[in-house]
Amino acid sequence: MIRARGLRRRYPGFELKLDSLEVPAGRFVTVIGPSGAGKSTLLRLLAGLEQPDAGVVERAGRAVFLDQDRTVLERSVLANATFGLELAGYDRRRAAAAVVPLLERVGLGGRLAQPATRLSGGERARLALVRALALRPDVLFLDEPTQALDPGNVALVEEMLVEAHRAGTALVMVTHNLYQARRLGEETWFVLGGELVERGPSEALFAEPRDGRTRAYVAGEMVY
Amino acid sequence: MAIPWTEVWEITWRSLRVAGAATFLAALLGLPLGVWLGARPRRGGCGAQVVLYAAMGLPPVVVGLVFYVLLSRSGPLGGSGLLFTQTAMVLAEAVLAFPMVAGFTMAGVRARAEGVRRLVRGLGGSERQVLTTLLWESRRPIVAALAAGFGSAISEVGAATIVGGDIRHHTRVLTTAVVLETRKGELQSALALGAVLLGVTLVVTAILVVWGEKR
Repeated sequence: MIRARGLRRRYPGFELKLDSLEVPAGRFVTVIGPSGAGKSTLLRLLAGLEQPDAGVVERAGRAVFLDQDRTVLERSVLANATFGLELAGYDRRRAAAAVVPLLERVGLGGRLAQPATRLSGGERARLALVRALALRPDVLFLDEPTQALDPGNVALVEEMLVEAHRAGTALVMVTHNLYQARRLGEETWFVLGGELVERGPSEALFAEPRDGRTRAYVAGEMVY
Repeated sequence: MAIPWTEVWEITWRSLRVAGAATFLAALLGLPLGVWLGARPRRGGCGAQVVLYAAMGLPPVVVGLVFYVLLSRSGPLGGSGLLFTQTAMVLAEAVLAFPMVAGFTMAGVRARAEGVRRLVRGLGGSERQVLTTLLWESRRPIVAALAAGFGSAISEVGAATIVGGDIRHHTRVLTTAVVLETRKGELQSALALGAVLLGVTLVVTAILVVWGEKR
């Protein structure tokens, strides 16, 4: 469960303002909006990776943030996958036992000893997802997890996210793919100019947006 | 060769000791400074970067001259009796190696800092875990920084001559010996000493690189 109140975050020429927001346990939220709208900032604030200038964010349970860079460490694929669990205090053997089935699931089971820096973009995305899911987070924040992936990788990543959601993980996912936001989300937020313009059940927000700016954006018109 | 091999080994061993001690001193201050500068969140300013990078071009003879003035009998540290000693050479070479160690460390750590911080914090790790991960992930640039520092110290000749005096069996090192042999017209000896210098640098760098590649 995430609860935010009175959030303010200022940068030169930009301010994110958010009066009140809640992510109930187990909810799948998709966040849409044009580039520079403040989606990633909002995600980082909610995840606690950035401190607001004003306001509070309350988080219950383990929150994990998966950024769009898919950073890999200069270590093996297995060591990268176990990294999160080791940070959480698992010993290496126990962590490996937890991640190997996940790595096999995403097609990296045969490459455990390889340096992760040699993986392709799609493979890095799968590895990063395994590293995050292995922690069994209560809330998983995802910043464009399927950006620049081929359809096969997109399908696999989506499948794993849906499984995590079914297992009880709440997801807050930023995406530029409106079809994906509608298909996967139970709830969708539309962010524009640092404000949460509209939020609601995904199907309703896409089918009958209340705000004119949301209507224009989901219709593919420029709103910025 | 004009110089007996026993003396060559003696000079080589002295060069290694002096350059090694200078690199150690430079690393003692340069590594923590480089890590601190590289790991802290950037706030727009780059004054420290400019100073460190500019200091990489410090003219060794000027550094040697400053130490000479400081350590000479009439200088403020004249009573220390350090002029024309290996200690004075170590200090001067450490000053020259310091910006290399700190600057390259800073650049290497900075290149990784943001990604590592986002990753570790994103997975729920602490700031301490950010730092330990960052240090491990920056091991290669840190090794490169140490190798650059050692390379600058062992190949140094201007400051070593001024503050060491190139005294036989006392402060003569490979670089000053090469200069001496060249001036004497003993080009074969100078070339041989130069080859030893290159070999030593290569071996030490190889040891550092292999150590850095260890997982």
